Amino acid sequence: MGGTTGKNINVTVKVWRQRNKNEKGSFETHDMKGVSTDMSFLEMFDVLNERLITEGKDPVAFDHDCREGICGMCSMYINGRPHGPKNAVTTCQLHMRSFNDGDTIVVEPWRSAAFPVVKDLVVDRAAFDRVIAAGGFVSVNTGNAKDANNILIPKPEADEAFNAAACIGCGACVAACKNGSAMLFVSAKVSQLALLPQGKIEAEKRVLDMVHQMDVEGFGNCTNTGACEAECPKSISLENIARMNREYVFASANEKK
Amino acid sequence: MSNAGFLKSSIGKKVIMGATGLFLITFLMVHCFINMLIFFQDGGETFNKGAEFMGTNWLIRAMEIVLFVGIILHIVQALVLTLENRKARPVPYEKINGAANSSWYSRSMGLLGTLILMFLIIHLKHFWVVSRFTDHIAHNEYEKLPGQETLFKEMMEVFENPMVVLVYVLAMISLTYHLLHGFQSAFQTFGLNHRKYTPIIKKTGIAFSIIICTLFASMPIAMHFGFVK
Repeated sequence: MGGTTGKNINVTVKVWRQRNKNEKGSFETHDMKGVSTDMSFLEMFDVLNERLITEGKDPVAFDHDCREGICGMCSMYINGRPHGPKNAVTTCQLHMRSFNDGDTIVVEPWRSAAFPVVKDLVVDRAAFDRVIAAGGFVSVNTGNAKDANNILIPKPEADEAFNAAACIGCGACVAACKNGSAMLFVSAKVSQLALLPQGKIEAEKRVLDMVHQMDVEGFGNCTNTGACEAECPKSISLENIARMNREYVFASANEKK
Repeated sequence: MSNAGFLKSSIGKKVIMGATGLFLITFLMVHCFINMLIFFQDGGETFNKGAEFMGTNWLIRAMEIVLFVGIILHIVQALVLTLENRKARPVPYEKINGAANSSWYSRSMGLLGTLILMFLIIHLKHFWVVSRFTDHIAHNEYEKLPGQETLFKEMMEVFENPMVVLVYVLAMISLTYHLLHGFQSAFQTFGLNHRKYTPIIKKTGIAFSIIICTLFASMPIAMHFGFVK
Protein backbone atom coordinates (compact mmCIF):
# COMPACT_ATOMS: atom_id res chain seq x y z
CA MET A 1 0.00 0.00 0.00
CA GLY A 2 1.17 3.47 -0.77
CA GLY A 3 1.86 5.84 2.07
CA THR A 4 -0.74 8.39 3.01
CA THR A 5 -0.12 12.02 3.64
CA GLY A 6 -3.02 12.04 6.10
CA LYS A 7 -3.73 15.71 5.55
CA ASN A 8 -7.06 17.44 5.28
CA ILE A 9 -7.58 20.71 3.45
CA ASN A 10 -10.38 23.20 2.99
CA VAL A 11 -11.13 24.27 -0.56
CA THR A 12 -13.78 26.34 -2.30
CA VAL A 13 -15.20 24.77 -5.45
CA LYS A 14 -16.68 27.10 -8.05
CA VAL A 15 -18.51 24.81 -10.41
CA TRP A 16 -20.50 25.37 -13.61
CA ARG A 17 -24.17 24.42 -13.32
CA GLN A 18 -26.36 24.17 -16.39
CA ARG A 19 -29.68 22.35 -16.42
CA ASN A 20 -29.62 21.37 -20.09
CA LYS A 21 -28.34 22.19 -23.56
CA ASN A 22 -30.69 25.10 -24.15
CA GLU A 23 -30.70 26.81 -20.78
CA LYS A 24 -28.03 29.33 -19.81
CA GLY A 25 -25.74 28.15 -17.04
CA SER A 26 -23.94 29.89 -14.19
CA PHE A 27 -21.39 29.22 -11.48
CA GLU A 28 -22.24 27.81 -8.06
CA THR A 29 -19.84 27.99 -5.12
CA HIS A 30 -19.42 25.26 -2.51
CA ASP A 31 -17.16 25.20 0.54
CA MET A 32 -15.53 21.81 0.98
CA LYS A 33 -14.18 21.39 4.49
CA GLY A 34 -11.74 18.70 5.66
CA VAL A 35 -11.07 17.18 2.24
CA SER A 36 -8.49 14.37 2.49
CA THR A 37 -5.50 15.04 0.24
CA ASP A 38 -5.52 11.32 -0.63
CA MET A 39 -8.90 11.69 -2.31
CA SER A 40 -9.06 11.81 -6.06
CA PHE A 41 -10.60 14.91 -7.61
CA LEU A 42 -13.68 12.92 -8.62
CA GLU A 43 -14.03 11.49 -5.09
CA MET A 44 -14.13 15.06 -3.84
CA PHE A 45 -17.05 15.59 -6.25
CA ASP A 46 -18.67 12.38 -4.97
CA VAL A 47 -18.54 13.82 -1.44
CA LEU A 48 -20.02 17.10 -2.66
CA ASN A 49 -22.79 15.27 -4.51
CA GLU A 50 -23.70 13.12 -1.47
CA ARG A 51 -24.03 16.32 0.50
CA LEU A 52 -26.20 17.91 -2.20
CA ILE A 53 -28.44 14.83 -2.34
CA THR A 54 -28.81 14.86 1.46
CA GLU A 55 -29.79 18.49 1.26
CA GLY A 56 -32.39 17.58 -1.37
CA LYS A 57 -30.52 19.43 -4.13
CA ASP A 58 -29.54 18.38 -7.62
CA PRO A 59 -26.10 16.69 -7.68
CA VAL A 60 -23.43 17.97 -10.10
CA ALA A 61 -23.45 15.90 -13.28
CA PHE A 62 -20.00 14.90 -14.54
CA ASP A 63 -18.65 12.22 -16.87
CA HIS A 64 -16.56 9.36 -15.50
CA ASP A 65 -16.25 5.65 -16.03
CA CYS A 66 -13.07 3.64 -15.41
CA ARG A 67 -11.47 6.10 -12.98
CA GLU A 68 -8.07 4.69 -13.90
CA GLY A 69 -7.11 7.02 -16.73
CA ILE A 70 -7.83 4.81 -19.74
CA CYS A 71 -11.43 5.31 -20.82
CA GLY A 72 -11.38 9.01 -21.71
CA MET A 73 -14.73 9.82 -20.12
CA CYS A 74 -13.72 12.35 -17.46
CA SER A 75 -13.52 15.85 -18.83
CA MET A 76 -13.29 18.70 -16.35
CA TYR A 77 -11.60 22.03 -17.13
CA ILE A 78 -9.98 22.76 -13.76
CA ASN A 79 -8.44 26.14 -12.89
CA GLY A 80 -7.93 27.05 -16.53
CA ARG A 81 -6.54 23.70 -17.70
CA PRO A 82 -8.20 20.53 -19.02
CA HIS A 83 -7.74 17.68 -16.50
CA GLY A 84 -6.28 20.13 -13.98
CA PRO A 85 -2.81 21.27 -12.95
CA LYS A 86 -0.79 18.08 -13.52
CA ASN A 87 0.65 17.07 -16.88
CA ALA A 88 -0.19 13.79 -18.60
CA VAL A 89 -3.00 12.73 -16.27
CA THR A 90 -6.76 12.56 -16.61
CA THR A 91 -9.05 14.21 -14.07
CA CYS A 92 -9.74 10.85 -12.41
CA GLN A 93 -6.02 10.42 -11.76
CA LEU A 94 -5.72 13.87 -10.22
CA HIS A 95 -5.59 13.95 -6.42
CA MET A 96 -6.44 16.60 -3.90
CA ARG A 97 -2.78 16.68 -2.83
CA SER A 98 -2.22 18.74 -5.98
CA PHE A 99 -4.11 21.58 -4.28
CA ASN A 100 -3.40 23.76 -1.26
CA ASP A 101 -5.46 24.59 1.79
CA GLY A 102 -7.66 27.60 1.05
CA ASP A 103 -7.57 27.21 -2.75
CA THR A 104 -10.51 28.23 -4.89
CA ILE A 105 -10.93 25.68 -7.68
CA VAL A 106 -12.86 26.73 -10.79
CA VAL A 107 -14.40 23.76 -12.61
CA GLU A 108 -15.91 24.18 -16.08
CA PRO A 109 -17.08 21.87 -18.86
CA TRP A 110 -15.10 21.59 -22.14
CA ARG A 111 -16.00 24.72 -24.09
CA SER A 112 -16.55 24.00 -27.78
CA ALA A 113 -19.31 24.59 -30.28
CA ALA A 114 -18.83 20.97 -31.35
CA PHE A 115 -19.25 19.71 -27.75
CA PRO A 116 -22.61 21.05 -26.52
CA VAL A 117 -23.18 20.91 -22.76
CA VAL A 118 -25.64 18.14 -21.86
CA LYS A 119 -25.77 19.02 -18.17
CA ASP A 120 -23.40 20.78 -15.75
CA LEU A 121 -19.94 19.39 -16.61
CA VAL A 122 -21.13 16.75 -19.08
CA VAL A 123 -20.60 17.55 -22.76
CA ASP A 124 -21.72 15.63 -25.83
CA ARG A 125 -18.60 14.38 -27.62
CA ALA A 126 -20.45 12.56 -30.42
CA ALA A 127 -18.66 14.86 -32.89
CA PHE A 128 -15.55 12.72 -32.28
CA ASP A 129 -17.54 9.55 -33.04
CA ARG A 130 -18.72 11.04 -36.32
CA VAL A 131 -15.12 11.90 -37.26
CA ILE A 132 -14.14 8.27 -36.59
CA ALA A 133 -17.15 6.99 -38.52
CA ALA A 134 -16.06 9.13 -41.50
CA GLY A 135 -12.83 7.17 -41.96
CA GLY A 136 -11.15 5.98 -38.79
CA PHE A 137 -11.26 2.31 -39.70
CA VAL A 138 -9.87 -0.38 -42.01
CA SER A 139 -12.59 -1.60 -44.38
CA VAL A 140 -11.56 -5.23 -44.77
CA ASN A 141 -11.04 -8.01 -42.25
CA THR A 142 -7.30 -8.04 -41.58
CA GLY A 143 -7.37 -11.43 -39.88
CA ASN A 144 -6.50 -12.41 -36.34
CA ALA A 145 -3.32 -12.01 -34.28
CA LYS A 146 -1.49 -14.73 -36.21
CA ASP A 147 -2.12 -12.98 -39.55
CA ALA A 148 -0.98 -9.68 -38.16
CA ASN A 149 2.29 -11.29 -37.11
CA ASN A 150 2.90 -12.45 -40.68
CA ILE A 151 3.40 -8.85 -41.76
CA LEU A 152 6.69 -7.63 -40.41
CA ILE A 153 6.58 -4.05 -39.15
CA PRO A 154 9.74 -2.24 -38.04
CA LYS A 155 9.72 -1.61 -34.31
CA PRO A 156 10.03 2.22 -34.56
CA GLU A 157 6.93 2.42 -36.81
CA ALA A 158 4.98 0.02 -34.61
CA ASP A 159 5.88 2.16 -31.59
CA GLU A 160 4.86 5.36 -33.34
CA ALA A 161 1.50 3.88 -34.34
CA PHE A 162 1.02 2.63 -30.80
CA ASN A 163 1.81 6.05 -29.34
CA ALA A 164 -0.82 7.61 -31.60
CA ALA A 165 -3.28 4.86 -30.65
CA ALA A 166 -2.81 5.80 -26.97
CA CYS A 167 -5.30 8.66 -27.60
CA ILE A 168 -8.36 8.03 -25.43
CA GLY A 169 -10.52 10.58 -27.25
CA CYS A 170 -11.26 12.63 -24.12
CA GLY A 171 -11.28 15.96 -25.99
CA ALA A 172 -8.75 17.76 -23.77
CA CYS A 173 -6.98 18.92 -26.94
CA VAL A 174 -10.11 20.73 -28.12
CA ALA A 175 -10.69 22.13 -24.63
CA ALA A 176 -7.10 23.38 -24.31
CA CYS A 177 -6.85 24.92 -27.78
CA LYS A 178 -7.59 28.63 -27.88
CA ASN A 179 -9.22 27.96 -31.27
CA GLY A 180 -11.14 24.86 -30.18
CA SER A 181 -9.35 22.81 -32.83
CA ALA A 182 -9.56 19.01 -32.88
CA MET A 183 -6.39 18.51 -34.92
CA LEU A 184 -4.52 16.49 -32.27
CA PHE A 185 -7.35 13.97 -31.86
CA VAL A 186 -8.01 13.59 -35.59
CA SER A 187 -4.30 13.39 -36.43
CA ALA A 188 -3.74 10.67 -33.81
CA LYS A 189 -6.57 8.62 -35.31
CA VAL A 190 -5.30 9.23 -38.85
CA SER A 191 -1.74 8.31 -37.83
CA GLN A 192 -2.41 5.12 -35.90
CA LEU A 193 -3.79 3.55 -39.07
CA ALA A 194 -1.69 5.31 -41.73
CA LEU A 195 1.55 4.13 -40.11
CA LEU A 196 0.65 0.44 -40.44
CA PRO A 197 0.46 -1.60 -43.67
CA GLN A 198 -3.16 -2.65 -43.09
CA GLY A 199 -4.25 0.98 -42.82
CA LYS A 200 -1.98 2.46 -45.45
CA ILE A 201 -4.11 1.33 -48.41
CA GLU A 202 -7.01 3.61 -47.49
CA ALA A 203 -4.82 6.39 -46.03
CA GLU A 204 -5.62 9.03 -48.68
CA LYS A 205 -9.38 8.64 -48.59
CA ARG A 206 -9.29 8.39 -44.80
CA VAL A 207 -7.48 11.68 -44.23
CA LEU A 208 -9.71 13.56 -46.70
CA ASP A 209 -12.91 12.19 -45.16
CA MET A 210 -11.87 12.65 -41.53
CA VAL A 211 -10.61 16.23 -42.01
CA HIS A 212 -13.79 17.06 -43.93
CA GLN A 213 -15.93 15.72 -41.06
CA MET A 214 -13.79 17.59 -38.53
CA ASP A 215 -14.47 20.86 -40.39
CA VAL A 216 -18.19 20.09 -40.70
CA GLU A 217 -18.46 19.55 -36.94
CA GLY A 218 -17.42 23.16 -36.32
CA PHE A 219 -14.06 22.69 -34.64
CA GLY A 220 -11.66 25.63 -34.97
CA ASN A 221 -8.46 25.89 -37.00
CA CYS A 222 -5.04 24.91 -35.72
CA THR A 223 -2.52 27.72 -35.12
CA ASN A 224 0.28 25.48 -33.81
CA THR A 225 0.34 26.89 -30.28
CA GLY A 226 1.10 23.40 -28.97
CA ALA A 227 -1.39 23.70 -26.09
CA CYS A 228 -3.04 20.40 -27.08
CA GLU A 229 0.19 18.41 -26.84
CA ALA A 230 1.04 20.02 -23.49
CA GLU A 231 -2.38 19.23 -22.01
CA CYS A 232 -2.96 15.78 -23.55
CA PRO A 233 -3.25 13.18 -20.76
CA LYS A 234 -1.63 10.66 -23.11
CA SER A 235 1.09 13.04 -24.41
CA ILE A 236 0.09 12.63 -28.05
CA SER A 237 2.76 14.39 -30.15
CA LEU A 238 2.38 17.33 -32.53
CA GLU A 239 4.25 15.16 -35.06
CA ASN A 240 0.87 13.53 -35.70
CA ILE A 241 -0.60 16.88 -36.76
CA ALA A 242 2.32 17.44 -39.14
CA ARG A 243 1.79 13.95 -40.56
CA MET A 244 -1.91 14.65 -41.09
CA ASN A 245 -1.12 18.02 -42.72
CA ARG A 246 1.23 16.47 -45.28
CA GLU A 247 -1.03 13.47 -45.89
CA TYR A 248 -3.92 15.84 -46.47
CA VAL A 249 -1.95 18.03 -48.89
CA PHE A 250 -0.77 15.02 -50.93
CA ALA A 251 -4.17 13.30 -50.82
CA SER A 252 -5.86 16.49 -52.04
CA ALA A 253 -3.33 16.81 -54.88
CA ASN A 254 -3.80 13.16 -55.88
CA GLU A 255 -7.56 13.25 -55.73
CA LYS A 256 -9.07 12.47 -59.13
CA LYS A 257 -12.20 14.54 -58.65
CA MET B 1 -13.72 17.24 -53.06
CA SER B 2 -12.20 19.52 -55.67
CA ASN B 3 -9.22 21.86 -55.41
CA ALA B 4 -11.58 24.55 -54.15
CA GLY B 5 -12.38 22.09 -51.36
CA PHE B 6 -8.72 22.02 -50.37
CA LEU B 7 -8.51 25.80 -50.15
CA LYS B 8 -11.70 25.93 -48.11
CA SER B 9 -10.60 23.20 -45.69
CA SER B 10 -9.07 24.10 -42.34
CA ILE B 11 -5.72 22.63 -43.39
CA GLY B 12 -5.80 24.35 -46.79
CA LYS B 13 -6.37 27.72 -45.16
CA LYS B 14 -3.46 27.12 -42.83
CA VAL B 15 -1.24 26.18 -45.77
CA ILE B 16 -2.07 29.57 -47.36
CA MET B 17 -1.18 31.33 -44.08
CA GLY B 18 2.13 29.48 -43.90
CA ALA B 19 3.00 29.94 -47.58
CA THR B 20 2.23 33.67 -47.63
CA GLY B 21 4.02 34.04 -44.29
CA LEU B 22 7.21 32.43 -45.60
CA PHE B 23 6.99 34.54 -48.77
CA LEU B 24 6.73 37.70 -46.65
CA ILE B 25 9.79 36.49 -44.72
CA THR B 26 11.81 36.38 -47.96
CA PHE B 27 10.66 39.95 -48.62
CA LEU B 28 11.89 41.00 -45.17
CA MET B 29 15.33 39.63 -46.02
CA VAL B 30 15.57 41.56 -49.31
CA HIS B 31 14.23 44.73 -47.69
CA CYS B 32 16.66 44.44 -44.79
CA PHE B 33 19.74 43.82 -46.98
CA ILE B 34 18.99 46.80 -49.25
CA ASN B 35 18.37 49.06 -46.26
CA MET B 36 21.66 47.99 -44.68
CA LEU B 37 23.31 50.08 -47.42
CA ILE B 38 22.63 53.17 -45.29
CA PHE B 39 25.49 52.03 -43.07
CA PHE B 40 28.06 52.60 -45.85
CA GLN B 41 28.62 56.08 -44.34
CA ASP B 42 28.78 57.67 -47.81
CA GLY B 43 25.95 60.14 -47.43
CA GLY B 44 23.52 57.55 -48.74
CA GLU B 45 25.04 57.27 -52.21
CA THR B 46 25.07 53.45 -52.26
CA PHE B 47 21.68 53.27 -50.58
CA ASN B 48 20.16 55.64 -53.12
CA LYS B 49 21.53 53.47 -55.95
CA GLY B 50 19.91 50.46 -54.33
CA ALA B 51 16.64 52.33 -53.94
CA GLU B 52 16.76 53.42 -57.59
CA PHE B 53 17.27 49.82 -58.69
CA MET B 54 14.35 48.64 -56.54
CA GLY B 55 12.14 51.42 -57.88
CA THR B 56 12.93 50.99 -61.58
CA ASN B 57 13.75 47.30 -62.21
CA TRP B 58 10.75 45.68 -63.93
CA LEU B 59 11.12 42.36 -62.09
CA ILE B 60 11.14 44.09 -58.70
CA ARG B 61 8.14 46.19 -59.70
CA ALA B 62 6.27 43.05 -60.74
CA MET B 63 7.20 41.40 -57.45
CA GLU B 64 5.85 44.46 -55.65
CA ILE B 65 2.40 43.51 -56.93
CA VAL B 66 2.91 39.89 -55.86
CA LEU B 67 4.01 41.19 -52.47
CA PHE B 68 0.83 43.20 -51.97
CA VAL B 69 -1.25 40.20 -53.03
CA GLY B 70 0.69 38.10 -50.49
CA ILE B 71 0.12 40.60 -47.67
CA ILE B 72 -3.59 40.91 -48.46
CA LEU B 73 -4.04 37.12 -48.65
CA HIS B 74 -2.21 36.72 -45.32
CA ILE B 75 -4.45 39.34 -43.67
CA VAL B 76 -7.74 38.19 -45.20
CA GLN B 77 -7.05 34.53 -44.39
CA ALA B 78 -6.09 35.50 -40.84
CA LEU B 79 -9.41 37.33 -40.43
CA VAL B 80 -11.38 34.38 -41.81
CA LEU B 81 -9.57 31.94 -39.52
CA THR B 82 -9.96 34.17 -36.47
CA LEU B 83 -13.71 34.57 -37.03
CA GLU B 84 -14.13 30.82 -37.50
CA ASN B 85 -12.10 30.12 -34.38
CA ARG B 86 -14.25 32.50 -32.35
CA LYS B 87 -17.34 30.63 -33.51
CA ALA B 88 -15.75 27.35 -32.40
CA ARG B 89 -15.99 28.49 -28.76
CA PRO B 90 -19.20 30.50 -28.32
CA VAL B 91 -19.15 30.34 -24.50
CA PRO B 92 -15.77 31.51 -23.15
CA TYR B 93 -13.97 30.02 -20.17
CA GLU B 94 -14.14 31.78 -16.81
CA LYS B 95 -10.52 30.99 -16.05
CA ILE B 96 -7.75 30.19 -18.54
CA ASN B 97 -4.19 29.25 -17.63
CA GLY B 98 -2.65 29.61 -21.07
CA ALA B 99 0.88 30.08 -19.75
CA ALA B 100 0.80 26.46 -18.56
CA ASN B 101 0.65 25.06 -22.07
CA SER B 102 1.79 27.59 -24.68
CA SER B 103 3.77 30.79 -25.24
CA TRP B 104 1.90 34.09 -25.02
CA TYR B 105 3.04 35.15 -28.48
CA SER B 106 1.80 31.95 -30.13
CA ARG B 107 -1.63 32.80 -28.71
CA SER B 108 -1.37 36.49 -29.73
CA MET B 109 -0.58 36.25 -33.44
CA GLY B 110 -3.72 38.21 -34.33
CA LEU B 111 -2.89 41.06 -31.94
CA LEU B 112 0.78 41.15 -33.03
CA GLY B 113 -0.30 41.05 -36.67
CA THR B 114 -2.69 43.96 -36.13
CA LEU B 115 0.09 46.03 -34.55
CA ILE B 116 2.34 45.19 -37.51
CA LEU B 117 -0.43 46.20 -39.94
CA MET B 118 -0.88 49.54 -38.19
CA PHE B 119 2.87 50.11 -38.43
CA LEU B 120 2.82 49.04 -42.08
CA ILE B 121 0.27 51.73 -42.94
CA ILE B 122 2.41 54.40 -41.24
CA HIS B 123 5.55 53.02 -42.85
CA LEU B 124 4.07 52.90 -46.37
CA LYS B 125 2.89 56.48 -45.93
CA HIS B 126 6.37 57.58 -44.84
CA PHE B 127 8.32 56.14 -47.76
CA TRP B 128 6.40 54.06 -50.30
CA VAL B 129 3.66 56.61 -51.05
CA VAL B 130 6.21 59.44 -51.24
CA SER B 131 8.45 57.44 -53.62
CA ARG B 132 5.74 56.11 -55.92
CA PHE B 133 3.04 58.73 -56.01
CA THR B 134 4.85 62.06 -55.61
CA ASP B 135 7.84 63.51 -57.43
CA HIS B 136 9.43 64.50 -54.15
CA ILE B 137 12.14 61.79 -54.31
CA ALA B 138 15.22 62.15 -56.52
CA HIS B 139 17.35 59.15 -57.53
CA ASN B 140 20.57 60.83 -56.34
CA GLU B 141 22.10 64.10 -55.18
CA TYR B 142 23.25 65.10 -58.70
CA GLU B 143 19.89 64.86 -60.49
CA LYS B 144 18.04 66.52 -57.63
CA LEU B 145 15.55 69.22 -58.68
CA PRO B 146 14.59 72.10 -56.37
CA GLY B 147 12.28 70.83 -53.60
CA GLN B 148 13.37 67.25 -54.13
CA GLU B 149 15.18 64.95 -51.68
CA THR B 150 16.91 61.62 -52.06
CA LEU B 151 15.31 58.67 -50.24
CA PHE B 152 18.28 58.63 -47.87
CA LYS B 153 17.72 62.29 -46.87
CA GLU B 154 13.99 61.61 -46.56
CA MET B 155 14.76 58.80 -44.07
CA MET B 156 17.09 61.10 -42.10
CA GLU B 157 14.30 63.69 -41.89
CA VAL B 158 11.56 61.22 -40.91
CA PHE B 159 13.68 59.71 -38.16
CA GLU B 160 14.47 63.10 -36.61
CA ASN B 161 11.15 62.70 -34.78
CA PRO B 162 11.71 60.58 -31.63
CA MET B 163 8.06 59.43 -31.63
CA VAL B 164 8.51 57.95 -35.10
CA VAL B 165 11.64 56.12 -33.93
CA LEU B 166 9.71 54.77 -30.95
CA VAL B 167 6.85 53.54 -33.15
CA TYR B 168 9.34 51.80 -35.47
CA VAL B 169 11.16 50.11 -32.59
CA LEU B 170 7.92 48.92 -30.96
CA ALA B 171 6.74 47.59 -34.32
CA MET B 172 9.97 45.63 -34.70
CA ILE B 173 9.47 44.11 -31.24
CA SER B 174 5.97 43.01 -32.35
CA LEU B 175 7.45 41.60 -35.54
CA THR B 176 10.08 39.67 -33.58
CA TYR B 177 7.44 37.85 -31.56
CA HIS B 178 5.20 37.36 -34.60
CA LEU B 179 8.10 35.68 -36.41
CA LEU B 180 9.22 33.68 -33.36
CA HIS B 181 5.98 31.75 -33.68
CA GLY B 182 5.31 32.19 -37.39
CA PHE B 183 8.62 30.96 -38.81
CA GLN B 184 8.59 27.50 -37.21
CA SER B 185 4.80 27.28 -37.32
CA ALA B 186 4.80 27.44 -41.14
CA PHE B 187 6.98 24.33 -41.35
CA GLN B 188 4.68 22.41 -39.00
CA THR B 189 1.73 23.44 -41.19
CA PHE B 190 3.49 22.06 -44.27
CA GLY B 191 3.89 18.79 -42.41
CA LEU B 192 7.61 19.20 -41.81
CA ASN B 193 8.05 17.92 -38.29
CA HIS B 194 11.07 15.71 -37.86
CA ARG B 195 13.10 14.84 -34.80
CA LYS B 196 16.31 15.67 -36.65
CA TYR B 197 15.30 18.82 -38.57
CA THR B 198 12.65 20.50 -36.42
CA PRO B 199 15.13 21.61 -33.71
CA ILE B 200 17.27 23.18 -36.49
CA ILE B 201 14.21 24.92 -38.00
CA LYS B 202 13.22 26.26 -34.57
CA LYS B 203 16.72 27.59 -33.82
CA THR B 204 16.97 29.15 -37.28
CA GLY B 205 13.59 30.80 -36.72
CA ILE B 206 14.65 32.29 -33.39
CA ALA B 207 17.95 33.56 -34.83
CA PHE B 208 16.24 34.96 -37.93
CA SER B 209 13.51 36.77 -35.98
CA ILE B 210 15.94 38.42 -33.58
CA ILE B 211 18.63 39.32 -36.14
CA ILE B 212 16.35 40.71 -38.86
CA CYS B 213 14.23 42.78 -36.45
CA THR B 214 17.28 44.09 -34.56
CA LEU B 215 18.83 45.19 -37.85
CA PHE B 216 15.60 46.92 -38.90
CA ALA B 217 15.24 48.65 -35.53
CA SER B 218 18.87 49.76 -35.59
CA MET B 219 18.24 51.91 -38.69
CA PRO B 220 15.89 54.55 -37.25
CA ILE B 221 17.87 54.52 -33.99
CA ALA B 222 21.20 55.03 -35.76
CA MET B 223 19.80 57.79 -37.97
CA HIS B 224 18.11 59.56 -35.08
CA PHE B 225 21.26 59.64 -32.96
CA GLY B 226 23.47 60.67 -35.86
CA PHE B 227 25.47 57.45 -36.24
CA VAL B 228 24.78 57.47 -39.98
CA LYS B 229 26.61 60.08 -42.00
